[in-house]
Amino acid sequence: MTVLESTALSPEAEKIRGRIAATPISERVEVLDLDLPTLEVGPEDWIALARFLRDDPECRYDLFLDLASVDNLRRRERKTRYEAVVHLHSIAHDRHVRVKVVIPDGAEPTLPSVHDVWPAANWFEREAYDLMGFRFTGHPNLRRLLCHDAFVGHPLRKDYAPGQRWFFAEEDLRMPDWAAETDERAGHFETQTLSIGPSHPATHGVIHLIARLDGERITRAETQIGYMHRCFEKMSETHTWNQIIPYCDRLNYVSAMINGVGYVKTVERMLGIEIPERGVLIRTILSEFSRIMDHCVNIGTNLVDIGALTNFWYLYQPRENIYSLLEACCGARLTVSYVRVGGLAIDVPEDFDARCRELLESIPKFLEDVDRLVTRNRIVRNRLSGTGVVTPEQAIAWGFTGPVLRSTGVAYDVRRSRPYDFYDRFDWDVAISREGDNFARYSVRMEEMRQSLKIIRQALDILPAKGPVSSSDWHVMLPPKDAVYHDMESLIYHFKLIMEGIRVPKGERYDWIEGANGELGFYAISEGSGGPYRLKPRPPCFPMMAAYEHMIVGGPISDAVATLGTLNIIAGELER
Amino acid sequence: MVGKKEALPAYQAGGGAGPADFLTTRLETMVAWARSNSLWPLPFATACCGIEFMSIVSSHYDLARFGAEVVRFSPRQADLLIVAGTVVDKLAPALRRIYDQMPEPKWVISMGVCASTGGFYRAYHVTQGIDEIIPVDVYVPGCPPTPEELMYGILELQRKIQSGEKSRDSRSARAAEGKRFAFSPGEGESPAATPASGKDVPAG
Repeated sequence: MTVLESTALSPEAEKIRGRIAATPISERVEVLDLDLPTLEVGPEDWIALARFLRDDPECRYDLFLDLASVDNLRRRERKTRYEAVVHLHSIAHDRHVRVKVVIPDGAEPTLPSVHDVWPAANWFEREAYDLMGFRFTGHPNLRRLLCHDAFVGHPLRKDYAPGQRWFFAEEDLRMPDWAAETDERAGHFETQTLSIGPSHPATHGVIHLIARLDGERITRAETQIGYMHRCFEKMSETHTWNQIIPYCDRLNYVSAMINGVGYVKTVERMLGIEIPERGVLIRTILSEFSRIMDHCVNIGTNLVDIGALTNFWYLYQPRENIYSLLEACCGARLTVSYVRVGGLAIDVPEDFDARCRELLESIPKFLEDVDRLVTRNRIVRNRLSGTGVVTPEQAIAWGFTGPVLRSTGVAYDVRRSRPYDFYDRFDWDVAISREGDNFARYSVRMEEMRQSLKIIRQALDILPAKGPVSSSDWHVMLPPKDAVYHDMESLIYHFKLIMEGIRVPKGERYDWIEGANGELGFYAISEGSGGPYRLKPRPPCFPMMAAYEHMIVGGPISDAVATLGTLNIIAGELER
Repeated sequence: MVGKKEALPAYQAGGGAGPADFLTTRLETMVAWARSNSLWPLPFATACCGIEFMSIVSSHYDLARFGAEVVRFSPRQADLLIVAGTVVDKLAPALRRIYDQMPEPKWVISMGVCASTGGFYRAYHVTQGIDEIIPVDVYVPGCPPTPEELMYGILELQRKIQSGEKSRDSRSARAAEGKRFAFSPGEGESPAATPASGKDVPAG
């Protein structure tokens, strides 16, 4: 490494390099400075580097965020065909780092598993095995996660045709080996294996839980997912940057707006364009309303699962009212597709401010009603308090973020830790609780809704009444329709954007915002063409689902239902 | 006062019958009328459309107005299967199993474009329309359909039940005849002859 390169490093990357210099692997770790400090390492040193990054007091990267598998078949500049890109976060130092494990070309891409360094890596590695064919040595359960068991090949490889399907029949479904065993030891009065799902009212979408029961107590459990894997990542590689927005909305469809905002922010940062203040504030307002909607549905369905049906309707009405606002803005209720790279599709209606303020008036009443019905209700307290308990250490090890992490007392909220948009200008509090049980998650979500209302109120106060909502860079945004019809140059811009897509400069970026469920990140690689080379969302509920089978063991089956509800698993985001 | 006997006009056999006292109809017509107005839906909700289905059963849109609010999650107790959301290949056998478990007579509404055609997920793991697996009576387009659209679909199904119409398309009819999978690439080809059906490679 030349002196010139090393002086160009940011202080953060320089610090990591300084710490690594003292370790035996320092020669074989390359420190780069991209949008994040980036370490490049070979598979043979990956475990050593992983342990160093987790344990070194100056690093303490204890939260495993994401593992993206990349196939470099059509990227000329990369040295080898495959690399695994890992993103980590340090709770103590509040910062991110990226590690690239560069896998030498060989028969099959092989690298060691780090599931014992970060338990959260377990499912991410299974996913990389399934979709990209990475072999993780030392992994306890390396088999397909998202694709069905009769699937052949690894679909995210660049030489896999996007539409190639494989026949799957019921008898191909692989059940865990222990499911067929009988356990008739003395003292166990009734053991049986129960298969819950994939179509079950309590699974909210399609999740398959296989539980071994001793009476009502779960002694062993395994979750199977993939019943909603609809190939988001492969689809994003065959579409242009703007065409991906509708797909993003269908990741977490309960709060579609936030997903769109998270995605376009990543692309906008890659392009280096600025959005007018009015556009940013409208995004913030609608995102916070979406967060309220998300929490409403989560709490409502969770209470339905434990037998309290009425609250669902109390909580669903504000959602309907917010739908009306979204419908007035863009014409759609649920999957809005309202954002564009560079701003918003169209301006909001004239009565936007009045509509929002009306909602600010009406929503607290519904929340109060639910509060009175639920918060001190003895049955709810008995069902939720002390069940599904997670300690802060466990939550971090399993890679939790969002309300579930905050309910254990760890105040990590992206809006506070790395304020984007205008979040640093608003006066609001990060809602936390310390118990880490189901009730704590309920309380955190209730409080977050109130904080969101507070944010919306302040955003409305500084929202300019008039002005553009989108960038006027016609390389990115479509020119106004009127100009397209009457002006040759605008027509050309329009044509190029529609036919070829936005030209995003070569490079890669990981950008993250606070989704309704936790840290929602997008890792995008551009090769300079109209669409992404690779796009990997960091799904907030994926690590929670991975931990779920460990959380419910030892408790009764009824608690498992309550716990699944408070984790807020959204299948579209979980399996993409 | 309705409960009091004397308040109601007493029925007198053989005489004094007003025009409203008799209604002649065929039994099938009456049964179909009853069935169409008391559908028991099973929401096979997998994705975004499932959230929109929640809207339609909630107070604002209130599916009870059409007699179809008794949502059952057991196929044994339902006669209307509403497939709301994307069905992927891994889920397809489960959907077929649920359909088979429902007692006759039964109807299927395919809610949203994913269930109807695969939608914009033209991809390696997504079933390109549930009619590859089960017969469908009413397709409701939209991504997701608004509650009004689903309501129209239910009204359309009610009309169909009352008229006794059977309009299962050829692809669905094949599926209903016991061929569990009729795969999409190339209409009319047998699954074994299509490379995409995957059974020509050694089963893994």
